[in-house]
Amino acid sequence: MSLAAASVPRMPRGVRLQEDRVRGGWVLLAPERAIALDAVGLAIISRIDGARDFGAIVADLSETYGAPEAEIARDSGEFIAALAERRILEIMV
Amino acid sequence: MTARPPIAMLAELTHRCPLSCPYCSNPVELARKESELSTAEWAGVFRQAAELGVLQLHLSGGEPASRRDLVELVEAAREAGLYTNLITSGIGLTERRLMALDAAGLDHIQLSLQGTDAETADRIGGYRSGFERKMAVAAWIGKIGFPLTLNFVMHRQNMHQLPRALEMAEEMGARRIEVATVQFHGWAMLNRGALMPSLEQAREAGRIVREARERLKGRLVIDYVPADYHAKYPKPCMGGWGSTGLNVTPDGIVLPCHAAQTIPSLSFETVREKTLGEIWENSSAFNAFRGTDWMAEPCRSCDRKEADFGGCRCQAMALAGDATATDPVCIKSPLHGKIHAMAQDWAAEEGAELTWRTGPERVLEGQS
Ligand code: SF4
Ligand code: SF4
Repeated sequence: MSLAAASVPRMPRGVRLQEDRVRGGWVLLAPERAIALDAVGLAIISRIDGARDFGAIVADLSETYGAPEAEIARDSGEFIAALAERRILEIMV
Repeated sequence: MTARPPIAMLAELTHRCPLSCPYCSNPVELARKESELSTAEWAGVFRQAAELGVLQLHLSGGEPASRRDLVELVEAAREAGLYTNLITSGIGLTERRLMALDAAGLDHIQLSLQGTDAETADRIGGYRSGFERKMAVAAWIGKIGFPLTLNFVMHRQNMHQLPRALEMAEEMGARRIEVATVQFHGWAMLNRGALMPSLEQAREAGRIVREARERLKGRLVIDYVPADYHAKYPKPCMGGWGSTGLNVTPDGIVLPCHAAQTIPSLSFETVREKTLGEIWENSSAFNAFRGTDWMAEPCRSCDRKEADFGGCRCQAMALAGDATATDPVCIKSPLHGKIHAMAQDWAAEEGAELTWRTGPERVLEGQS
C-alpha cells in the first residue's frame, strides 16, 4: 500500500522514540510493544513530526540517501501503513 | 548460560485490591501491606531495571491504585526512562488522581473488564457498583486522552459477552483490547469447575475474534489469548523463561513469572538482598528453565521448542506434578488426552460455586 503525498503521519500519544542505552540503537515504545528500529526505520520515524506530509518526508529521505523517490515512497509507505494498522502511528488525511 | 537483558518488568505494587476476582493471578498466599516495598525501594528497583535493559514497566497488583504513592511511583518510573503502563480495575482512581498521573508522565492505561454489564461485572469482581465506577474512570481516561487498552478476562460465565466487550472498547476509544481466556493458576485453579469454558464456547470466541480483527483493522488492535486446555499446542511461555521479562512481588521477590512460586523446587531472591541484575543473571530460579537444555522428551527433539518453549512450567507443575515436563496441554504430552477429558468435565460442571479471592485485607473505598 502506498500513502498519498498529502497525508500527514504522526506519532500518537503513548508512542515514543527512545534510545536503547543498554542494547544500543533506537526503539519505538508503544502500548505492550517495543520495536527495535534499524537504520532505515529510524530514518523514517525520526522525520515524522505530525506536521510534515508524506511527500515532504519522501523528498527529504530521497535527498539524504540519494535513492529514487518512487522506491522510497513505496518502502516507507508500507512501513508507515503497517505501523498505522497496529495503531502505533496515525495518518491524517 | 548468559542472559540477554529483559525487556519488560511487571511490578506488583501491592496485593491489596478492593475487588476479589475468582481468577486473580496473585498467589493464594498474599503479601501483607506491612511487607510491601516502600516508595524509595520501588524507585531504586525501577532505576536498576532501566540499567538492566528493561524498556517497559507494568504497574500492577492487586490494585495499584491502592498504593497511596502511585503518582510518585509513576514519576520515579518515568525519571528512570521506563515506558510506564498502569494495569488497573479503575477502583481507587478519581479524575483528580488521573490528572496527577497524567502530569507524572503515565504513558498508557490498561483497564480490566470483568463483565459488560453491572450485574455480571459486580458479581464476578465481588464488588458492588464497581462497574459504574469503572465506566466513570473510562470516561475520565478518554477525556484526559490516555491511550487505553481494555482487558477483558474471559471464562465460561462471561464469554457470551465478547461481542459487547469489543463494542465497548470502540465506544471508549481504546486502541487495543486484550481478550484473555482465564489461565488456570492459583485462585483460578480453585474455580476451574465454575470458570472453564466449553470447547464450543472456546471455538465461538475464536471465530468472533477472527471476524472482529478483519472488521476493525486499523481501528482496534485485538490481542487474543485462547483457551489452551482446548488447544493442540500450549501457549508460548512469554518468549521463554528468563528471556524477556521479570516480575517483582509487593515484598520485593523477583520471579521469572507471576506463578513461579507454585513450583516448589525453585527458590527466589529479593531486591532487598541483591540487585535486580545479579538476580536476573545468576539466580537459580531464572536459570532453571532458560534456553532449551533443561527439556526432556518429547520437547527436546520437537521442532516447536523454540516457538513455545515447551509451554507453561507452572501448568506442567500443576497438571503433571513436574515442572520440567512437557506442558500437558500439548498434543505430544502423554497426559494430553486426560487433560482434555478433565477440561470437558470441568466445563460441564453445573452450578459450580465461585470462590472469591480473599485477603490480605480488604481495601475499603476512600482508604487509598
Ligand atoms: S512437545 Fe514440547 S516443544 Fe513440542 S509442541 Fe509440545 S510443548 Fe511445544
Ligand atoms: S511459566 Fe506459565 S505462567 Fe509462567 S510465564 Fe510461562 S506460560 Fe506464563
